[in-house]
Amino acid sequence: MASGKEIKGKISSVQSTKKITRAMEMVAASKMRKAQDRMAASKPYASRMRQVVAHLANADLEYRHIYLQEREVKNVGYIVVTSDRGLSGGLNANLLKKVVKSTRQWEQEGAKAQYCVVGSKGIAFFKSVGGDVQATVNGLGDTPHLSDLIGSIKVMLDAFENGEIDRLYLVYNEFVNTMTQSPKSIQLLPLEASQDEEFQRHWDYIYEPEPKEILDELLVRFIESQVYQGVVENNACEQAARMVAMKAASDNAGEIINDLQLVYNKARQAAITQEISEIVGGAAAV
Amino acid sequence: MAMTVHCDIVSAEKQLFSGLVELVVAAGVEGDLGVMPGHAPLLTRLKPGPVRVKKQNGDEEVFYVSGGFLEVQPKLVTVLADTAERAQDMDGAQAEEAKQRAKEALEGKNADMDYSRAAITLAEASARLRTIEQIKKMAKR
Repeated sequence: MASGKEIKGKISSVQSTKKITRAMEMVAASKMRKAQDRMAASKPYASRMRQVVAHLANADLEYRHIYLQEREVKNVGYIVVTSDRGLSGGLNANLLKKVVKSTRQWEQEGAKAQYCVVGSKGIAFFKSVGGDVQATVNGLGDTPHLSDLIGSIKVMLDAFENGEIDRLYLVYNEFVNTMTQSPKSIQLLPLEASQDEEFQRHWDYIYEPEPKEILDELLVRFIESQVYQGVVENNACEQAARMVAMKAASDNAGEIINDLQLVYNKARQAAITQEISEIVGGAAAV
Repeated sequence: MAMTVHCDIVSAEKQLFSGLVELVVAAGVEGDLGVMPGHAPLLTRLKPGPVRVKKQNGDEEVFYVSGGFLEVQPKLVTVLADTAERAQDMDGAQAEEAKQRAKEALEGKNADMDYSRAAITLAEASARLRTIEQIKKMAKR
């Protein structure tokens, strides 16, 4: 049996680990709240944008934008949103699993995949597994800015315009609630026309300048806002997942401490008993 | 009381303004324009510049937008503001940067990658960027 001192050392080491995980849990909790606020703050733009684009898509324009054209799928593009840091449970692993699964499905249909990766974890994954990575962004931090994403999104949009990819997906974690995050994949391109009744009764705008120019820029902004939303939401998920993971770690550390304390007490008691019996034995011999 | 219309000024990162207004003045690409309640549906691009709103109680508020869109619906005015200055060449530079990062990320030693294919796409990309630059130079002349 381990000596008392050894067990004491182990207990204090687990205790300091617990302190760290507890601190990380609290940091993640406060960051999560901020990330959720940011998520809410970017929603109005995205929803207004969606409405305007839906209006335009349903309006009887002679011009049909390339983003709205369905083509035969020979290559698919993915914008994969992961976190920069680990210690967040299975968050990134689940997401990447979904990407791989979807890639396999397309491969069976004879389509190759290209990726645009956001976040260090995703980059590390594609580096070890391999894959056609076109663009990467990492180090976005806790307050991601749209301007940091524009370049990478443009790479994928250009690829779509040049016919290098025929479909573009955005894969990120959806924030269901604090305990649940689920990987989600949405189709960015070609844009699917909205079936909502709300958008069916459309009116025609006065366009300044020409509708074509407006639509061009508007659609780019629309895609960008969707990706930004995905990144912000993924960030909230990361913090939530980390909070839960760290809470579990702190709880486990507490259990280990309790067990070790028990072992320590037993060892101490055994030592005392042994000492007494030795004294008693010695006294009886005299 | 003067007539009012609901106005939202939103950017991708946050909501800047939401409320009833009597007048919205913004810098459209084809000239400044003022929007009052009952304006015809309109969709226009905005130049970088101030957006002035006159609120219900007569107070005025000014927001600076670095481009974006102004949308007028029968009962709603929306300003979709850009968060950053947007220029075609800047976007191109950022695209190049993103590619460069991808290239660096793939240059790890133990990466089991199809390097030749990555190199080809990279070459194509840089060729494309060069063309963009040339077109831009020609446009300047």
